[in-house]
Amino acid sequence: MNKWLNPRSAFGITLIAVALLALPFVAAMGGQAWVRILNFAILYVFLALGLNIVVGFAGLLDLGYIAFYAVGAYTYALLASPHFGLHWPFWVILPIGAVVACFFGVILGSPTLKLRGDYLAIVTLGFGEIVRIFMNNLNAPINITNGAQGITLIDPVAIGDFKFSNTSQILGISLSGPQKYYYLLLALVILVIIINLRLQNSRVGRAWQAIREDEIAAKAVGIDTRNLKLLAFAMGASFGGVAGGVFSAMQGFVSPESFSLIESIMILAMVVLGGMGHIPGVILGAVLLSILPEALRYGVGPIQMAIFGKMLVDPESLRMLIFGLALVLVMRFKPAGLWPSPERKRELQDAGARNG
Amino acid sequence: MDIFFQQIINGLVQGSIYALVALGYTMVYGIMGLINFAHGEVVMIGTLVTITVAGSLIKAGMPVILAGMAGLTASVLVCMALGWGLERIAYRPLRNAPRLTPLITAIGMSIVLQNVAMIIWGRNYLTFPPLLPKVAFEFGGVNFTLVQVIIVVVSALTMGGLLFLVYRTKLGMAMRATAQNPAVASLMGVNINRVIAAAFIIGSALGALAGIMVGSYYEIAHYQMGFMLGLKAFTAAVLGGIGNLAGAMLGGVLLGLIEALGAGYIGDLTGGFLGSHYQDIFAFIVLIVVLMFKPSGLFGEKTGDRA
Repeated sequence: MNKWLNPRSAFGITLIAVALLALPFVAAMGGQAWVRILNFAILYVFLALGLNIVVGFAGLLDLGYIAFYAVGAYTYALLASPHFGLHWPFWVILPIGAVVACFFGVILGSPTLKLRGDYLAIVTLGFGEIVRIFMNNLNAPINITNGAQGITLIDPVAIGDFKFSNTSQILGISLSGPQKYYYLLLALVILVIIINLRLQNSRVGRAWQAIREDEIAAKAVGIDTRNLKLLAFAMGASFGGVAGGVFSAMQGFVSPESFSLIESIMILAMVVLGGMGHIPGVILGAVLLSILPEALRYGVGPIQMAIFGKMLVDPESLRMLIFGLALVLVMRFKPAGLWPSPERKRELQDAGARNG
Repeated sequence: MDIFFQQIINGLVQGSIYALVALGYTMVYGIMGLINFAHGEVVMIGTLVTITVAGSLIKAGMPVILAGMAGLTASVLVCMALGWGLERIAYRPLRNAPRLTPLITAIGMSIVLQNVAMIIWGRNYLTFPPLLPKVAFEFGGVNFTLVQVIIVVVSALTMGGLLFLVYRTKLGMAMRATAQNPAVASLMGVNINRVIAAAFIIGSALGALAGIMVGSYYEIAHYQMGFMLGLKAFTAAVLGGIGNLAGAMLGGVLLGLIEALGAGYIGDLTGGFLGSHYQDIFAFIVLIVVLMFKPSGLFGEKTGDRA
């Protein structure tokens, strides 16, 4: 903690804090849509940090992470919407969502954790698809998930009469719905970051690192690899579950479409592109990859108009094209990610030197 | 019982297609230990190129058989070039990179290819030109078409050819050597770069063939068709033990059969609780169950310690 008391870093932290607090007001100048984009960026940071526990810390390749997000989102949706007529408060549901997602994490983890590398990846991928297909089809014979239509009219987060969905005045400042969610998400994500930082250097975190580097050696020095891997899965899953609950409340609507495989892959891309296992890198990756497609959405059309005077190419596909190319190029020139941890960078350089 | 045999036929046809695509995954994986996520997209482009070439030639009045051959040639050539390009751009520079890095470039390339296809061919479903006459046979109460027969026969021949290539030719020997140990193989004079490029090119050619089969079987194509097909084929490859050629073939056929039988019988098995729209989960449930008992697939060798 001493590092934090150093005046220079204290100044830096204050600056970042002020910037983060002011951000939604700056974004609101460009319209509430940008505040929503910010909110999603934070939500993705949340998810990427959760997945980072599984992939970055413990080294288990999980391609079905979105399933836990989906489980959390549906838990919230079912317990706080007219669908079942339940309207529980969010501070009850979010922990339930975390527990349910954690339970699913253990269900998936316990039979599959003896699998290695890519076999684990495909099984998690399959699990994610199974969850999505069930959500898509569990509307008959008993209507649980309302099928492809999804669940609508989900309650927003509310504390007493203070709802997060509408505009309200606080101390003379007008706060819109998305802006309020921004602060809620920011608080949650700071909590997650602190948990992650504490976890990384804890006994458990070091054990995960040992498993990641060499599972057999880890076992030989007495690490209970099975339970620790399960713990990584369960913790990652519960973060996903909480993020899903917030997503559900913020959107007011969930459908299986939001939880397709491509989402899992995107979150993995955030983790790897940022710098696997390195918390600041993962945050950077998540922010970049969630903002980039949106920024391109607003940029690609007008730029095309400006250069060619007409729409040559459908902007929607052009923006994804650029996004895909960006993924390839970043990994091509920064194979360890944009901001890898110092140790990882050193290892890679050593490996590079060895391989000539 | 008729339904049973009918579903066996459908499963065999679908399974042959899975097997051809799975071979593309497994060849690359066997040699480089890399999941080529963009392979499904290569298959999709194979189908769409055939539609454009064969379709426009037929429209121009060329005999269907010649137009079909032209479409086949064009699509195989385009896909081979694509496979070679993929390897050069997205994978070769990253051979010594951390293991997940090429996975992300593969995903990036898959997004790029899908959107290029959407820009070229548009968002709508395209109709596949009828390259084969619509002939149906009946045998003991079971119906099948000429297209189905040709799919199964051509896949079987192609797979036989591939096995010959890998186990009876010099290139095949070089491939097997590289798969075992690239460093030692290169000391023995094997040109690793060429072998890896060959694996990509051959895999993509098989993908193009599979693409044409999918097109003729379902008669429609779409820029997003590669994704699910690739996923299923990859599942098939893992089911058989990834990196193992025979495993990929059997895994593909097995997956096709399981899906077809599953879709046909799931309603009866669950007393109507689950309907045939659960078809897609069979692949994954079977996969999970198999891997629980045989952690490296049905025919896979024990994999190394890379996580």
